[in-house]
Amino acid sequence: MSEPIRKIEAPVRLEFTVEAGRALTRFLSSIVEERIVGRRCPECTKVYVPARSSCPTCGVPMSEDVTVADTGTLTTFCIVNVPFEGQTMKLPYVYGAIVLDGADLPILHLVQGIPANEVRMGLRVKAEWTPPEERPASLEAIRWFTPSGEPDAPFDAYKEHL
Amino acid sequence: MRDVAIVSFANHITSHAEGDDVEMLVPVITEALRAANLKKKEIGFTVSGSCDYLGGRPFSFVMALDAVGAWPPIEESHVEMDGAFALYEAWVRLQHGDIDTALIYAFGRSTTGSTRDVLATQLDPYVMAPLWPDSVGLAALQARAMLDAGTCTEREMAQVAARSRRSKKPGPGAHTFAEMQAGDLLGLPYTTAPLRAHDCAPDSDGVAAMVLVAGDRAKKLTSRPAWIRGIDHRIEAHQLGVRDLTKSVSTALAAEKAGALGKSFDVAEIHAPFSHQEILVRKALGLAGDVEINPSGGALVGNPYIVAGLDRIGEAARRIHDGSAKSAVAHATSGPCLQQNLVCVLSEG
Repeated sequence: MSEPIRKIEAPVRLEFTVEAGRALTRFLSSIVEERIVGRRCPECTKVYVPARSSCPTCGVPMSEDVTVADTGTLTTFCIVNVPFEGQTMKLPYVYGAIVLDGADLPILHLVQGIPANEVRMGLRVKAEWTPPEERPASLEAIRWFTPSGEPDAPFDAYKEHL
Repeated sequence: MRDVAIVSFANHITSHAEGDDVEMLVPVITEALRAANLKKKEIGFTVSGSCDYLGGRPFSFVMALDAVGAWPPIEESHVEMDGAFALYEAWVRLQHGDIDTALIYAFGRSTTGSTRDVLATQLDPYVMAPLWPDSVGLAALQARAMLDAGTCTEREMAQVAARSRRSKKPGPGAHTFAEMQAGDLLGLPYTTAPLRAHDCAPDSDGVAAMVLVAGDRAKKLTSRPAWIRGIDHRIEAHQLGVRDLTKSVSTALAAEKAGALGKSFDVAEIHAPFSHQEILVRKALGLAGDVEINPSGGALVGNPYIVAGLDRIGEAARRIHDGSAKSAVAHATSGPCLQQNLVCVLSEG
């Protein structure tokens, strides 16, 4: 009897052109101009960043664009110590949830300019923008966040955003 | 069995959608709830149909929940199938008796990728999918089998296409087709022989939403609920080689179980992405000659994959809602060459 066949190769390749949608397009076209645009829910009044079309809590359309600051508060974070393929950051590095001033939902981004073991909840941070000529229409328009030098935000100021 | 009715339906079909899934869904869900005189918080069960392969991204149904607002947490489910099968799940859920209302929605964008190739990935992964037989090619094999068996003619197929194009005025953003007689359509070249362009549904983007309500509450909410008097779905073998493609035994069995056989209907909405499939399903349903078939134009004039089956049931319900029909039968299909079929019988009383 011949050897059992344990493997076949059947490559699958499909190409898609995905629509970002109207709300996310607003966010992406603004971020290349160094502006961070969110949207406010007419019912719960929360500002979502990046802008999305409908409030996930209330299920109602959001149409009011709100430009938020490029400064914010680190609410929670992790320290990455494990190398993986394609990694561009030097270990250890910090990845955190940042509530931008004027926003109600955090975005996730890198935190640099501070030793990893000194990063803490409530740290005030500021966006470091990539140069305009190489700025992509994505969250990578911001290279990372660095400490702004302001005093830490008190826990009560961000406890709703954890 | 508990009486359950379709109390509202809203949909949108376009040749190419702008906006994301949520942006497309919000207007139709809002309209379906408004027409049902219900608020979001009054919905007992929410179920959606969508297909991640279609959009090329995972868990798109989770992102689509933004359109309903899942807070406080809602009772929700999802099928990776046409919305018609989500409707079936909602109907079963309402049979439990503890809730009276259900929202069904479906979203499908056939223009994000090449749907005919995407559909090849649903085939047997060892002996069929590696050959990449696309959905149009497989349907052409079925049409060839039917022509050779004498169960349809190319003229009958062209007549189906000509009638579909006559049936419906295209809405904003919909596909537009030249109105042509069957004889003229037959003069056009084959695209995938024996199919011509008019025999194949276009790739469309679309969304649909429907509200089901059980018992007396349906009568209180709307003046003409479309009662579901029978619903059943049956599936055939995955491997095309073991099926007789000239028959649709699963449609016939679903029709029998749904109580559709031997009945007369004012309207039949048949989900046939290919003209010969309408002829096949018509026979399997045993439809009388006087029934009005696909007054909506059917999938041949607008076919958002994953939505077009729910569209058929919704269009049939619409005819009962507006009083232009007393009874209707609707059909939805899934899988290659009519592999799985659902039959739903609707009545004004």
